[in-house]
Amino acid sequence: MELILQGIIKAFHLLISFDPEVMNITWLSLKISGTATFISLFIGVSIGVAVALNDFFGKRLVISIINTGMGLPPVVVGLFVTIMIWRSGPFGFLEILYTPTAMIIAQAIIATPIVMGISLAAIQNLPPNLRLQILSLGASRLQMVWVLVKESRLPLLAAVMAGFGGVISEIGASIMVGGNIKGYSRVLTTATVMETGKGNFDLAIALGVILLILVFTINFILTQIQQRQ
Amino acid sequence: MKHTTKIKLTVFMTIAVFLAFCAPNADAAGKKLKQKNIILATTTSTQDSGLLDVLIPIFEKKTGYFVKTIAVGSGQAMAMGQKGEADVMLVHSPDAEKKFVEEGYGINRWLIMHNDFIIIGPVDDLAKIKGVKASADALKKIASASALFVSRGDNSGTHAKEKALWKQAEITPAGQKWYQETGLGMGQTLNVASEKKGYTLADRGTYLALKKNIPLEILVEGDAILLNIYHVMEVNSKMWPKVNAAGAKAFADFMVSKDTQEIIRTFGVDKFGSPLFFPDAGKKVEDLGK
Repeated sequence: MELILQGIIKAFHLLISFDPEVMNITWLSLKISGTATFISLFIGVSIGVAVALNDFFGKRLVISIINTGMGLPPVVVGLFVTIMIWRSGPFGFLEILYTPTAMIIAQAIIATPIVMGISLAAIQNLPPNLRLQILSLGASRLQMVWVLVKESRLPLLAAVMAGFGGVISEIGASIMVGGNIKGYSRVLTTATVMETGKGNFDLAIALGVILLILVFTINFILTQIQQRQ
Repeated sequence: MKHTTKIKLTVFMTIAVFLAFCAPNADAAGKKLKQKNIILATTTSTQDSGLLDVLIPIFEKKTGYFVKTIAVGSGQAMAMGQKGEADVMLVHSPDAEKKFVEEGYGINRWLIMHNDFIIIGPVDDLAKIKGVKASADALKKIASASALFVSRGDNSGTHAKEKALWKQAEITPAGQKWYQETGLGMGQTLNVASEKKGYTLADRGTYLALKKNIPLEILVEGDAILLNIYHVMEVNSKMWPKVNAAGAKAFADFMVSKDTQEIIRTFGVDKFGSPLFFPDAGKKVEDLGK
């Protein structure tokens, strides 16, 4: 118990003193997971909406696959990405293994199905007549999609939060493709594991607390946007 | 109307901020590419003890290379080298290393430093091994007392040494109830052993670095077989043309250089009262520990 208290005190100490290493790690976490979420937002929302609005053969199968993807195990993604991009892999020429870029790719793969699944459900949840009404008012197909997306912005922002929360707290893929390199690809989660291994439990707890504060802040901002009337 | 502008503005701002994130990131990654990178595959003990945190920045400053340190077990480190996914290795599994060089995967293997392994365990010492001279005898006692032994179980250098000790003791521990494998690094395995009050084999460096949290004590030490020897090895670039041969050589040269050896000699003295590693560049393995 005392250790947890010590850790929390240490967290605030590190934050208030702007400890350069912790600041760097926090900033990297935000940068990598933010970028990954942003990419997943583009891919996830567009495919999710497209699947929701079109009827085609095998639609249920596709939806099942997307929903399964929402529970994609990060370590499996990490392993897969590693094999693709290591020197002898098909994308080895890019030389991006153990870089933040590789971490963004892996995290985007993890977040995309989450965003896709939630946006798909969100659009399907809208009253079916809404589409016809919008179209009968003379809107083009693109305008219709835009209105639908705006109508479901509540669940869509929830999708962003779920995707971001999923990747920033993820460790398996990040440590595999990023390598936990000091000052370069070390993020809050990988640093926490390493400090635990080193026996620096107070620092590990502090990093955990900082991660929580970070996720809370981002979610608070997003909720502000979401709940706006 | 006012509201839509506000939402649009927020969306725009979010996009702008995210783009600002991406740009410098891509830039920094781009600059660091092109054979400026060295992938160093090493054991968890060199990282967990903090030695690399001291050495790597000095090396980077001196040579301009950027070192990507991947801390895994010695077994995995060599597996990376074998596939050409690493450029240079700092490992402590001598028998496996010799085989690695013989098979042509590694070149220029140099002795860097040593410390020793210790058998540690709970203070009440159920198996009564404290002070036993030969480590094989100690393991026999642990086995016959069926006292919990926590193994790394991850093909690391420490795990390789442990298996060699069991072999010497003529005991097959795998599958026994009192024998548990963590599959984790040294630091985490020490935590497991201390939580479960088990015995384990550890390198002295990591043990000293973690001692403040771990109520286990040293029970067996000083046996000649417990020597823990670290070598640096370059990956053979003839086998894997993508390997950064120049960078690997620069790192190996740095590790055996006089200045580095001096840093290794004094590392940890201020914090633990005794050095964690003993520098050995230029010596012969047979002369160690004498």
